[in-house]
Amino acid sequence: MKLIFEKGAPGQHLTLMPACDVPEVALSQSRTEPLELPHVSETELTRHYTALAKRVHGVNDGFYPLGSCTMKYNPKINEDMAALPGFSQIHPLQPVETVQGCLEVYAEAEKLLCEITGMDGMTFQPAAGAHGEFTGLLLIKAYHTHRNDTARTKIIVPDSAHGTNPASAVMAGYTVVNIPSGKDGCVDVEALRAAVGPDTAGLMLTNPNTVGIFDKNILEITKIVHEAGGLCYYDGANLNAVMGIVRPGDMGFDVIHLNLHKTFSTPHGGGGPGAGSVGCKEILKPFLPGPVVAEKDGGWQLVQPEHSIGRVKNFYGNFAVVVRALTYILTIGREGIPEAAQNAVLNANYMMKKLSEKYTMAYESPCMHEFVMTLQDLHDETGVSAMDIAKGLLDHGIHPPTMYFPLIVHEALMIEPTETESQETMDEVCDVFLELWDLAHTGPQILHNAPTKTPVRRLDEVGAARNPVLKYTKA
Amino acid sequence: MNFPAELKYSKDHEWVKVIDSTTVLVGITDFAQSELGDLVFINLPQEGDEVTKEESFCDVESVKAVSDVMSPVDGVIAEVNTELEDEPQRLNEDPYGAWIAKIEKVSAFADLMDAAAYEAFVQK
Repeated sequence: MKLIFEKGAPGQHLTLMPACDVPEVALSQSRTEPLELPHVSETELTRHYTALAKRVHGVNDGFYPLGSCTMKYNPKINEDMAALPGFSQIHPLQPVETVQGCLEVYAEAEKLLCEITGMDGMTFQPAAGAHGEFTGLLLIKAYHTHRNDTARTKIIVPDSAHGTNPASAVMAGYTVVNIPSGKDGCVDVEALRAAVGPDTAGLMLTNPNTVGIFDKNILEITKIVHEAGGLCYYDGANLNAVMGIVRPGDMGFDVIHLNLHKTFSTPHGGGGPGAGSVGCKEILKPFLPGPVVAEKDGGWQLVQPEHSIGRVKNFYGNFAVVVRALTYILTIGREGIPEAAQNAVLNANYMMKKLSEKYTMAYESPCMHEFVMTLQDLHDETGVSAMDIAKGLLDHGIHPPTMYFPLIVHEALMIEPTETESQETMDEVCDVFLELWDLAHTGPQILHNAPTKTPVRRLDEVGAARNPVLKYTKA
Repeated sequence: MNFPAELKYSKDHEWVKVIDSTTVLVGITDFAQSELGDLVFINLPQEGDEVTKEESFCDVESVKAVSDVMSPVDGVIAEVNTELEDEPQRLNEDPYGAWIAKIEKVSAFADLMDAAAYEAFVQK
């Protein structure tokens, strides 16, 4: 397939762009060559992107059980609201008096999300989850520094954590202390007790955790960290399982990030942009990135928190994403939020039960919103790996689940159906999974060769990682 | 699977070749490379780094995951095999030839196994 740069010819053009009504200026004094822009007609342009769209698999095309990433259906009303001219035809440098409605969106979203999470304040600046983690850790750091408690240099992270947790901690200047999980996949409380001390800045935790299990010791865990003088960070990646049921704030967490693009049904997965909003308790509010929205003299203003860590993104984050998230919350309402979580958990347990007819589950207990299978036995027996099964799914129009994660489970496949899949869809998908399990025994080579019905066959992942071609050069 | 008799082995799947009483060569075992799959990147230690037994001193990356390589000894990095930076696949092709680091001033060893004991260890 040709790139857009390889299509068309000089002189081809289209009418999508309005006529230029300002004087032309050079982009840069130092640029001597013209920009390499495509020269295509409107027909060529639309056909090009339609062709690309046809080769893509999204949640609008089929089942997309990407564990740990909540690929739920995004109601189209979200798009209608985000496209309203009052939200879309604005500029971030406009005087605040002219964008009062937009500021109210932030204020309303903050109020509702704080209610859902048990937090006292929120910033919408961070652009995605890992950015939110980094911001949350900077808040923890600012809190300790402000108290002249500078000996706290360590962040505790369980070995089941999302890989971004330790990475964010290192980016924020902390040393990471890894603690092992118990056999049940939960935090080893004794290991945590041994790890905390006067050098503990905080703990990063996902609950329910990465293997889809709710850590029942959560109150004790956050208490141990607090008693040692540290703060507790909640990675909101898995909030979908518990929203409206329990609140991270009530579990003892001081700071959280939310992936609005997962839990609150705004687009993501290459489609983005995301929003990794960070919520915090009262003690951290003075440190939030500024500006934040505040009510003043009967209107909305942008104000700087007293000891703000400063901006973490230009302007106020990805505004249209917040509009979508607010739309979602207001659409499904107080009853719908917990119902979504309940159905997410019910769906995951339904699939887990059906698949356990043949597949081995990594953990015996009922799961939350996602579950992990280990294909180690299947691999030993037939030579068919988790990767092969994942590739086999592609030939059935199903996006593979997360593979080889979490790292503590061998030959892992992690499945998260979300609440937006029907029982009929899940039945069909389970049938495919069970069929592939049989195929692994009767025709393993077919799975080693999969996929065969997709626009591209099996990609050379090793070659791509060892010899990446990162720059396009026009022939 | 290959378990050369002249080497010692750690429970974390590193091999140790004793050069003299305070100097060793360290790499990852055939079993380790086969479990990890095709390696695409290695994050080597620096010469002069102090290493501690059973603590990470290096990491390797496959298309599946990043994994720590644990030091089997207390000591100081004397030399690293920089060829692996461009050719991490040598860890897969020749795990016992593709040494990762030479460690000197060795003052303590982790619990290490001989070839027979390690072979039994990985088969259980």
